[in-house]
Amino acid sequence: MSSGTTDFEALLREALTPVDPPADLVARLELTLVNLTELAQEELDAWELSAMRDPRNWVRPAAAAVVGVTAGTALVALRVRSRHRVRKQQSSGLMDLAERTMHDVADEARRILPHR
Amino acid sequence: MPDDLPKTKSELDARFTELYRAHLRDVYSYSYYRVGNHHDAEDLTEQTFLQAYRHFERALRESNGRPLRPWLIRIAHNLAANFYRDRSRKPESAIEDADTISTTHTTESLVEGREELKSILDGVQQLPDDRREALIMRFALGMDNREIARALGRTDGATKVLLHRAVRQLEGIVAETAADPVAGESS
Repeated sequence: MSSGTTDFEALLREALTPVDPPADLVARLELTLVNLTELAQEELDAWELSAMRDPRNWVRPAAAAVVGVTAGTALVALRVRSRHRVRKQQSSGLMDLAERTMHDVADEARRILPHR
Repeated sequence: MPDDLPKTKSELDARFTELYRAHLRDVYSYSYYRVGNHHDAEDLTEQTFLQAYRHFERALRESNGRPLRPWLIRIAHNLAANFYRDRSRKPESAIEDADTISTTHTTESLVEGREELKSILDGVQQLPDDRREALIMRFALGMDNREIARALGRTDGATKVLLHRAVRQLEGIVAETAADPVAGESS
């Protein structure tokens, strides 16, 4: 490959520098995923037991359950991890940090996985 | 079935968390250069991770241990195609804040070359879709030929040719613009 091509590719690499996502995107993305989880949960809650007698209705709540369990647990982890730096700054020591983390996990789990 | 597949839901979720954290910037960069503005890039990134969420378990199972970045970028690629089809529009003619992006380069030589970088970004937007995408994957995301091939659903050989032709065509566009800046602006 010629040096001209190498130079051009170097310029191309500079031009197409990776773009950091805006700070609020992560929060918005998590919120959207939380909403998805809650929708799935609500769908389960709202499902009338009588409808379950009809096998044709089984697919939809089953899908909701899958989304709910997968998304919910991941979001607890995501949200707890995302606040690690804040907790670290607020903590007086390792024990305090551990305690704050445990509280955070419990709070998020209660919020995101309310019926499990 | 590979041994490293998650055996519980919590393991699966932890793996998704890793994927999300490792590749948020990749997906956002791809989306941004693909659609040309931050607003739509955010929507596209969001939709990509939602889709990934829904199909993550199957993707892990079928990946046979291979990296999932090409799969993620393929989701973004398909969503971007739908985005243009649904809205009946094409990518914006130029990246909305190419000047801002270029100012992140701080060395004197690069500051001197800022117009050239802007010209390259404008040229990228003039390329056919497949060539533009291949260049974004290679130079913005640092993907190798094999990853790009998987993301685009092509063979490794076809991808190598695609990249080569994309660079050649872009060089031509940039040279043409440098020789006749007015023609470059009107294209």
